[in-house]
Amino acid sequence: MKDKPVLSTQDLTMQFGGVVALNNLTMRIDPGEIVALIGPNGAGKTTAFNAITGVYPPTNGFVELEGKIIQQGFPKGKMKRLYAGENAGKYTKSLSLTPDRITKKGVARTFQNIRLFKNLTVFENVLIAHHTNMKAGVFQAAFGMNRKEEEDMRKRSWELLEMVDLSDVGLEKADNLPYGKQRHLEIARALATKPRLLLLDEPAAGMNPQETQEMGDFIRDIRERFSLTILIIEHHMNLVMDISDRIYVLDFGRQIAEGTPAEIQKNPEVIAAYLGVEQ
Amino acid sequence: MNQTVWKKRYSFYLSLLVLLVALGLLFWLEVNKSNYGMAVSVIQKSLVFSVVAVSMNLLNGFTGMFSLGQAGFMAIGAYTTAILTIPLSRVDGVYYMKGVAPWLKGVKTTLSVLPEPLLIVFALLIGGMIAGIFAFFIGIPVLRLKSDYLAIATLGFSEIVRAVISSPQLDRVTNGSYGLKNIPGFGVTQAGGVLPVGAGSLLIPFFFALTTIAFIVLVINSSYGRAFKAIREDEVAAEAMGINLLKHKQLAFVISSVITAMAGGMLAMYMRSIEARAFSVTLTYDILLIVVIGGLGSVSGSVLGAFVVTFAKDWFLRFFDSPLVIGGFQVPFLRMGFRMVVFSILLMIVVLFYRRGLMGSSEFSWKGIFRWIRRKKEGVETTKGEMIDYPDPPPAKPAPLIPDPPGAPQEGGRDER
Amino acid sequence: MSFVTFIQHCLTGVSLGGAYALIAIGYSMVYGILLLINFAHADIFMMAGYFMIFSVSSFPWQISIPIVILGTVVLGVLIEKAAYMPLRSAPRMSIMISAIGVSYLLQNLATYLFSALPQAYPAIPPLKRQIRIGEVSASLVTFLTPVLTIILVFLLIFLLRKTKIGMAMRAVSKDYDTSKLMGIKINSIISLTFVIGSALAAVGSILYFTDRMSVTPFSGVLPGLKCFVAAVLGGIGSVPGAVIGGFLIGLSETFLVALGYSTFSDAFTFLLLILILLFRPTGLMGEDLQDKV
Repeated sequence: MKDKPVLSTQDLTMQFGGVVALNNLTMRIDPGEIVALIGPNGAGKTTAFNAITGVYPPTNGFVELEGKIIQQGFPKGKMKRLYAGENAGKYTKSLSLTPDRITKKGVARTFQNIRLFKNLTVFENVLIAHHTNMKAGVFQAAFGMNRKEEEDMRKRSWELLEMVDLSDVGLEKADNLPYGKQRHLEIARALATKPRLLLLDEPAAGMNPQETQEMGDFIRDIRERFSLTILIIEHHMNLVMDISDRIYVLDFGRQIAEGTPAEIQKNPEVIAAYLGVEQ
Repeated sequence: MNQTVWKKRYSFYLSLLVLLVALGLLFWLEVNKSNYGMAVSVIQKSLVFSVVAVSMNLLNGFTGMFSLGQAGFMAIGAYTTAILTIPLSRVDGVYYMKGVAPWLKGVKTTLSVLPEPLLIVFALLIGGMIAGIFAFFIGIPVLRLKSDYLAIATLGFSEIVRAVISSPQLDRVTNGSYGLKNIPGFGVTQAGGVLPVGAGSLLIPFFFALTTIAFIVLVINSSYGRAFKAIREDEVAAEAMGINLLKHKQLAFVISSVITAMAGGMLAMYMRSIEARAFSVTLTYDILLIVVIGGLGSVSGSVLGAFVVTFAKDWFLRFFDSPLVIGGFQVPFLRMGFRMVVFSILLMIVVLFYRRGLMGSSEFSWKGIFRWIRRKKEGVETTKGEMIDYPDPPPAKPAPLIPDPPGAPQEGGRDER
Repeated sequence: MSFVTFIQHCLTGVSLGGAYALIAIGYSMVYGILLLINFAHADIFMMAGYFMIFSVSSFPWQISIPIVILGTVVLGVLIEKAAYMPLRSAPRMSIMISAIGVSYLLQNLATYLFSALPQAYPAIPPLKRQIRIGEVSASLVTFLTPVLTIILVFLLIFLLRKTKIGMAMRAVSKDYDTSKLMGIKINSIISLTFVIGSALAAVGSILYFTDRMSVTPFSGVLPGLKCFVAAVLGGIGSVPGAVIGGFLIGLSETFLVALGYSTFSDAFTFLLLILILLFRPTGLMGEDLQDKV
């Protein structure tokens, strides 16, 4: 028997108008794993992230975090007519936690197109992420009655910045950082919410081979240090094959393969999806 | 580099010094009110408007929400304060048309046991509370949506408040369209007491402004303030960081509305007599003008803006509105209404060409001024926005409550880029 | 309420609604393309009222009407070029503040030029002629407004659906950036939007003020707000939606006034806005828009 999975999805489907962006994704991620989600552009990877983190409620299927449902949907209203995904009628309940609730439950994420608080300092970016775990109310916080807590938050923020090697630019505006450092900062910021599951959306996008290599080491490092489970979307195959324990492959919203890096590399369907099929 | 290094306690002593000088000056002005009537009146108005501007900035500049309900919330505060503080002996004279509602008279009789200063504070708080409740309930539907719906809904709300206040159905409470008068003003009015006549007419609004603005600054500098800024920067990312958008927007909206309403109460005391017409959309736009000129996202900018705009509008540029003849030559354009045209053009110029306003999003600090002077001496280019002093001590400019941890670069050493 | 008075109120309501609809279209179209609440639209409408007063004082009304429409169009496009175009890439809030600034400027300018006192709106004799149908009687303008509104709206819909330029306009409102890449001249499309919006506002202004009989610098504010609510009610960005919203608001306002709740008729409009935002933020005919993450 395996442990209870950290995250599992069942029949997860996302449809926008007539487009089925994600069709029937069923996956599980066990504690401590690094799982990669790969596929050509437009395969529905980021949509999967958005459905998991509650950016939009799923059209059908559910997402479970540590055995508790956090997202569940079924086609209703206009979508009932339009629905083109699979397993219609299997679910009748809907539930959708907002992204902040999901973050509070221990899921943090980064974004494909970096979304930092650009006009705030690097330090503030990380400090803000600690806000979610703060206990003091607004009056306590305003009148400095949570001095201990605030001090703690600041200390931990600096520690995190130290760890990602950004403490020397802590008081710079986040927007002024070079691209690669912004990626690191986004991860540090996600870590500050104290997640158990971290979703990384193309953390090595636009990086050269050496930087990509470093990013891989970094991801492995934070997994150990924060005892994380990681789900990663990435296009750099070297990185994916290097760090992930298992891989899910999506194509046109559909899951076409699942397995260890070695299995995936040999899978004919995956090769076809990436290279095209000869008729 | 120069050997002089700025120390935190310098800021403290300087602020204290300016505060004491300002207190002295204000006191001197208020006891000599008869000679400096214009100055006293303009400073009072500036103080009240700086509070409204700062609380509007909390929404527009710090949280990125566009609220245009200021006039409505001010009206709520102004009417509540006026109704509760008009002296019992003069109530019948004020409501000379329809009479006052018996229940209201009962409430006022009960409250009349309070000494006047306490009654005023109580009235301001009640006004703030009512506004807060309204803000809370409007916020529920509106704050979920994009910011422009908030703008139109709050603007609508403000118009509704005005319509309801002046409606004949409320004649016996708000005196309908006749307005309210005999509202107690700031300061001592009767001679013969311990304090001279006029005492308090500036210090009271000053302390009111100081406390409310200080409170907003404390909120902005707290973890909640940082969450507000995160929402302004990127709602999606803020939500992904675990910040509950609705809750935090609501919080900012309610705080801002409560303080706006209290400032409305102060405005009623400044004006002594109010009518619903004074709280139209134009009032909101006047405040927006202050906030934009001062700089969105800068508390000291809003305070500065309030003083600059009010002084210019109510004092220095008043001559724009009256025809002027110099040496037999009639200066063109100068007649009733020209002043406001100039101000609206000024607003457009700021919006289109100087989007940062006077202060941008930076705050006043002694260190900044010090650095600016030093740089001036060394002949180095200065950056815009750091060079402004204003005629009022910085309202409670708290040094960071908690010192940065050892790993952080220390104060004074961080400007070496 | 007798049947005759009921019909009478319906007529008044539909007529008021027609004028509202014409203004609401301007809000809706600009919002559809620029995602901007054009706060100045209400004041463009107000200025059109003043244009009429001044042009009638020197020309017969037949010539005045085209002059007013032309003047309003020029004003609308001028505002777009001067106050909105330079801010295309600025944060949303700056553009909104700019729109408010224009509104503030127009109000203050009108106060300065024409004083805050109400100015009598010229009566256009044929529009004022009383017409009786059975027991119901009203001036011609009351009958004309809804008919004219419907005709104009059909023309507009034809323009949007069947012509190349209309297709370009719809493309811009669907996806601003992509249509730019497709070689659509964004700026001329936006100008055209303001031309149409302002022209309709001018017509709306003539119909509205003929019934009201006076103009002040602030007479745009409340109708402007109501028309925006009408646009939201119908589904912002949708022309037929704006028309339906305009008629609904005009009717409900007329009936509230008739029932003696005139003070609350304004309040009702905003209550309606809040209810729509709560239960159907996309309005009656609006499309669901989702932000991309």
